[in-house]
Parts: sequence; C-alpha cells; structure tokens
Amino acid sequence: MLSSRMRTAAANVFSGIAIGLTADVAIAAWGVNLQPPVSPIGHDILELHNLILLICLIIFVVVFSFMFYSLYAHRKSKGHEAAQFTHSTKAEVVWTVIPFLILVGMAIPSTATLIKMEDTSKADLTVKITGYQWKWQYEYLDHGVGFYSTLSTPRAQIEGIAPKGEHYLLEVDKPLVIPTNKKVRFLLTANDVIHAWWIPQFGIKKDAIPGYINEMWTLVETPGTYRGQCAELCGRDHGFMPIVVEAKSPAEFDAWLASQKQGQAKDTVDAAKVWSKDELLAHGEKVYANCVACHGTDGKGVPGAFPAIAGSLVATGPVAAHVGVVMDGKTGTAMQAFKNQLSDLDIAAVVTYQRNALGNNTGDIVQPTQVSSVR
Amino acid sequence: MATAEAAHHDEHHGHPTGILRWITTTNHKDIGTLYLCFSLTMFMVGGLMALVIRAELFQPGLQIVDPHFFNQMTTMHALAMIFGAVMPGFVGFANWMIPMMIGAPDMALPRLNNWSFWILPFAFTMLLASLFTVGGGPAAGWTLYAPLSIQGGMSVDMTIFAVHMMGVSSILGAINVIVTIFNMRAPGMTLLKMPLFVWTWLITAFLLIAVMPVLAGVVTMLLTDRHFGTAFFNPAGGGDPVMFQHIFWFFGHPEVYILILPAFGIISEIIPTFSRKPLFGYTAMVLATAGIAFLSFIVWAHHMFTVGMPLAGELFFMYSTMLIAVPTGVKVFNWVSTMWRGSLTFETPMLFAIAVVFLFTIGGFSGLMLAITPADFQYHDTYFVVAHFHYVLFSGSVMAMMGGAYYWLPKWTGHMYDEKLGKAHFWLNTIFFNITFFPQHFLGLAGMPRRIPDYALQFTEFNVISSIGALGLGLSQLLFVYVVFKCVQGGKKASSEVWEQPLGLEWTVPSPAPYHTFETPPRIS
Repeated sequence: MLSSRMRTAAANVFSGIAIGLTADVAIAAWGVNLQPPVSPIGHDILELHNLILLICLIIFVVVFSFMFYSLYAHRKSKGHEAAQFTHSTKAEVVWTVIPFLILVGMAIPSTATLIKMEDTSKADLTVKITGYQWKWQYEYLDHGVGFYSTLSTPRAQIEGIAPKGEHYLLEVDKPLVIPTNKKVRFLLTANDVIHAWWIPQFGIKKDAIPGYINEMWTLVETPGTYRGQCAELCGRDHGFMPIVVEAKSPAEFDAWLASQKQGQAKDTVDAAKVWSKDELLAHGEKVYANCVACHGTDGKGVPGAFPAIAGSLVATGPVAAHVGVVMDGKTGTAMQAFKNQLSDLDIAAVVTYQRNALGNNTGDIVQPTQVSSVR
Repeated sequence: MATAEAAHHDEHHGHPTGILRWITTTNHKDIGTLYLCFSLTMFMVGGLMALVIRAELFQPGLQIVDPHFFNQMTTMHALAMIFGAVMPGFVGFANWMIPMMIGAPDMALPRLNNWSFWILPFAFTMLLASLFTVGGGPAAGWTLYAPLSIQGGMSVDMTIFAVHMMGVSSILGAINVIVTIFNMRAPGMTLLKMPLFVWTWLITAFLLIAVMPVLAGVVTMLLTDRHFGTAFFNPAGGGDPVMFQHIFWFFGHPEVYILILPAFGIISEIIPTFSRKPLFGYTAMVLATAGIAFLSFIVWAHHMFTVGMPLAGELFFMYSTMLIAVPTGVKVFNWVSTMWRGSLTFETPMLFAIAVVFLFTIGGFSGLMLAITPADFQYHDTYFVVAHFHYVLFSGSVMAMMGGAYYWLPKWTGHMYDEKLGKAHFWLNTIFFNITFFPQHFLGLAGMPRRIPDYALQFTEFNVISSIGALGLGLSQLLFVYVVFKCVQGGKKASSEVWEQPLGLEWTVPSPAPYHTFETPPRIS
C-alpha cells in the first residue's frame, strides 16, 4: 500500500518546507477568511459569518479575561485564601438569560438569509448538474445543450513529475458557463454515490444525491472564472473532481450557447464515419482518461479494489461483452455506465484502445456504428 | 486498619496470577486498568493513522499513499479514536472511579463487566484486520454513508460486525453503570450528593442505551442492502440514501455528547481540588448536563443541512442547535466561577483542566457558527469542521482524560507521577495541538474540503504547518506513555489524600487503592 513514491517523498520533505515557508508570492495565499463573494447570497453569508465570529470573539475575550485574571490574582503562591461560596442564583440566571438573548439576536439575520437562499423561484436559466464518480455533467435543460466536465490537471503534476500549474486540481476540460446578473437555478442529482457541488465565492453548496433532485440558485454579479470542488466524500478520486464556472455577460453567454449547439451536431457526423485503427487508437488514448482513476495509466488497476484491464477476460474476450461493460457499467461497483457520458465514437475508440494497448493485442477494431447499433 | 484487613483478605482468595488474572478478573479496578490500557493502545494506533494522513497532506501532490488508502486511513483513524480510544477510555475511568466515588465495593454486575471489556479486543482485531483484506479497509468515512459504503469490499462487512460488537460492549457497560449508581450508593449518598463525574456518567449511560441500538440498526440495514437484496438506501429499489444519514446522526449526535459529558465530569472534579473551593453551581451543572443530553436528541440534522431539507426543517434544527450553547455556556461559566477567588495551584491535572475549558470553548464557538445554517453551507465538509471537532474531541475529551489520568494516577498506583515531565507533556501536547489544528480553521474558511488526499496550491502553507504540528503532537504522546509507565513502576509514595484536602470518597482510601474498597459502606453525612 505504501507506494514506491516513498523514496521521492523523503527528498520532497525538504522542498515541502521550502515551498511552504518561504515567501513564494505566486502561491503564498495565507487565506484566513471566506473567499470574496460574488453573489448577493455570498455577501449575506460573509456578513453573517463576520458578525457571528465577532460576537463569539467578544464573549470569548470577556469570559476568559475573568479566568486569566483569576489565574493571576487568585493564586495560592500569592497567598490568596480560597473563598467558599458555592452558588449565586442571581449570576446563574443572568448567564442563562443573556446568552439566550444573544442567540435570538443571531437567529434573526440567519433566518432572513436562509429564507432568501431557499427561494429558487423565477429563475432565468436552469442547469441540471449530475455528479458521477468522478466528474460532473451539466445540462442546459431549456436549450438541449449538455456536456461532462472533468479534471484537466495532468497526472504528471499530481505525481510530482511536472511542476504544478497555477490552478492545480482546480481546472477542468469544459467549465460550466453561466450568464452574469441572471438568476440561475441549479437542479442537482447524482448517478452513483452522493457528491456535493460547491463554489465558495457563490456561497452555495448542496449535495447531489442519487434518486433526489435538490435545488439551489445563484446570481453572479461579476464576470470571471470561479473554482470549487466536490465537498462530499465520494470514493477514491473525491479530491480530483473540481468545479469550474465561467460567468460571462449575457451577450457572450448567448454566443457561447449557440456555438455549443453547433458542436453537438458534429458528433452525429463523426458517428457515421468509418475510422482507421490508428485514428481510433489516438482518440481512444484521450478517452481513456475517463478510466485512469481506477484502472491506472498502465491498465493494471489496484489489486483487490479495481480490476486490471491489461490481460483481463473482458478486454481480451468477446468484443460485444466488452462494449457492454463500458456502456452499461457493473452494478454495485464503481464501474459506471458510460453510454450516456460518451459518444459512440468515444466508446468505440476507447474499447479499441483497451484491446490493442496497455499490454493487450487482440487486433480488434470497433467502429462507432457497432456501438450505435446496441444503444 | 481497614487496609491491613483488605490486604489480608486478598491473599486468601488465591486469585489467578499472570495473564489469567486479567482474563478472568471481575474486579472493577482490574477491568478499569484493562480499559485504560486498551484505550491508550488504540490512541496510539489511531494516532499513527493520523500521521499517515498528515504526511500525505504535508505538501500538494500525491507522495506517500494512494488516494484509496488515504480514504481508509481517514475512516479507520476516526473509528479507532472514537470507538477504540475515547469511549473505552471513559469506561475505564468509570470502572475505576464510580464505585470508589459512591462508596460501593465493586460494580453491580462484575461478570458482565468482564465480558463487556473482553468483547473489545476482538472487535478491534477484526476492524483492524479489515485493512489487510482484498481491496483494503473501509474507505467510506467513519459515517459509512450509503451508497458509497455499499460499493466497498468485505472490509465493510467486517466493520459492520465490529461496530455491532463495540455496541454490545458499550450497552453492557452502560447497563452496569446505571445499575451500580442506582443500587450501590453508600447510605446517605443521595443522588444530589454524587460527584459530578458520577452524574455525567449516569447521563452518558442513558444516552448509550438510547442510541447504540440505533447505530446497530442502521449498519444492519446497510448489511442487508449489501448482501440480502434489500433496498433501504438504494433509490433504484425505492430506497432513500438520505434516510441513512437521518438514522446515523440520530445516533451520531448523542454520540458526540457520549464523548464529551464524562470529560465535563472529570474537569468538574479537578478544578475544585486545585482551586481549593467547592464546585460552583453544582445543581446547575447537573441540570445543564441533563439539558445537553435532552437537546442532543433533537438536533441531529444539523450534520446534514446540505442534503436539501425544507426551510421549516432547517430552521428547526438551526434553532435547537443554537440552544445547546445555553447549557454549555452555563458549564463554562461555572468552571470559571469555581476558580474565581479560589486558591489556585497549577499541577499537571489543573493545567489540563484549564486548557480544556479554554480550548473546548473555542470548539464550542465554532460549533455555534456551524449551527448557523446559511453559514454552515460554507463550512460544511471543509477543514473548518475538522478543526471544530478536534477542538472538542481532542482538547475536550482526550485532554480531559489526560488530566484525569494525572489526577488519579497516584491513587491508582500509589506513586506520584513525575511532575516536571507531566508539565513538559502538557506544554508540548497543548502547543503542538494548536499548531496542528488552529490553521485548519483558516484552511476550511478558504475553501479546502475535508477528506481529500491532495489540494490546490493556495492551501499549502497552512497544511505544512499543520503537518509539522501533528508530528510534534504524536511524538509528545510518547512522553505521556513514559510518564505513566514510570509512575506505575515507582516514584514518591502518595498519601491517601494525594492533593490538598480534595473532596470525594476516593481520597479516604489509601494509595494505591486496595484491591477491594468499601466492603463495609462508608456513611455520608
């Protein structure tokens, strides 16, 4: 279980201290409070957070100045004689009633913010978000546009072979795009286990639960790119399913939406074409990124937890069964049904790749048409 | 004279010696020692797992372990600490101290007592062995949320079985505590004369009996979902993944108080002794404990604000959770008032007690912040939560137990512990604890989720600090083990009273406490 990375780890210990403690301006964030909000709810939460933190700090300082005064002044070494009082009804009533009143004072703004947060009515745009192990799917329900969004940080950066980029682990291949100054409603669900969708700067987080549709909303005031990640433990790659949202002005958003609609038409053309083995292998290698988390870059899997592809019965057995496993997944395991996530071309390419790479050499070629025939 | 008689008595019984003494013992002091040694062992095992976690998080990137193994470590660390270190630790204190504090000769059900301990080593052998099964140990977090836990391998089944065994052990222990307290008090020891430690344990025992069966129920449902075709938590079969969380946290929140109330009890014994002044507001303390226990049953869903509840539900759980601050506040105010105008000295137990009051309150305040639902959406499942529960569990429960150990070690062993080393342990422990966990508040607020093996670069600095602190915190516990070991071996002879005129029956018997105490009940005026 301790991997061979152990060796490099020792060497990294020193560079770690260096990274951590020298003033490297590029990464030295030292963030100590909530990220700057960009939505009305985000502002409310920050205010609420600061208010309650302040109240807590004041009470803390008051209470413990009594204690520390006592620790200083009422010491036996200074010859202080112990008083023998055991209670004071007056004091006890006071310090029951006052905290209660402070709590009521805290509850009022909290309730107001909560009511605002839960009002998802009158949205300008609805996006359905589905959590998968370990990626997000976004669907613009009224526009027929949808896509998957996965981590785009290269493996080499994670494994410490390449230097880490600025947005290490918080970058995706296709970000969610939303218009600014419009009320966007999110519908959340999941396909396998529970995930949670969270963008700190929007001030919203909610679980994506299989069999449930949760709702939340945001209104982003400033154009920009906002980053977050899955916040509910969802298995091996829970730490590797970031969320990136690009907020564009409504005009730019409309243009983006139109270009997406065109892109989806191209997929149908691709599916009808007959592809060469090399083309399929080249594309399949890219699609295999979907499989790496469990089956590994080398296809050897994790013994006992995730099966190998190299030399496996599925990848060297009948083609139809192999395509079937990729399309429909395997219930009760982390192997999910890819048929709705990947295009016919993607599935054909990745199956071809798995059968002719990673140590397998069956010579089989699978065409997109073969995939579409079993949809 | 009573001592000589007791010692004489012992010889005639012809106790088994060596390992058989410990296996067959029905003596509350022996069983207390077993529990405490077991707790310390699991504390070290769980601590090692925490160091694996902190080593991986020392810097961004994957360096030491695979993410799957990382998840096993976070899961097992929590299970080992909660069910292996803290709960049995408090049962150890209960066994040693409750009979001596109420003037009883032993626990009411001695054989049951033996069994409730000896279940534990088997339960934990099974739990830890699951790490070596095909596919590794449980990796779904200690909360075992469905459907993720349904994906796991046979280790999840072993964990479920181990949880059942721990549950049986806890319930038996709780029954024993309740029966002992209700039936075996010395004449004149009315309920409202009992030491606060006994009170907090009595209430804890009722919590245990109320909620351990709930945990057993929910993990059994998980088991049948995994193997017997039911679909309690599987939406495809008409089940509900959120129901798992509701049932789990109906156990889980009272569990939080099971882990802290006996700590409050220990602190309430230590502070009066070193303030040379009776506990302030005894009745209010008892009522506050009962109040916290009652509230613990109606706040469970604050652990799951993000699952999507109706507004009314969110408001109810927010208000009820905020209310807990009132009785908890009463406790803190009363401890401070106990010190107020006392005659304070700062031996190691007192240092721990003061640190617990101070640091637990930090955890209490972050708990209040977490209760504020809109803000909780930001804190939920981040390192802010990790910092919060370590401030209540480590600097609450664990440090209270350390303080309690220093407080009663002379009574248990007959020797004074090394005060210099005890203080050194206190300062190392407390400073490293804060270095480890205080920066985690900042990490959480800045947006770092919990249970991730790798993180974005803006979280590097505080993670480096936290990991260095964790290493120091782990190493400083070796000093604790050494001090305890040295105290058992020998040291300055302790008097019966040990401290300056402490209150409580345990200080009326010699140190070390004879094998049998209070065979003739004392009379309390």
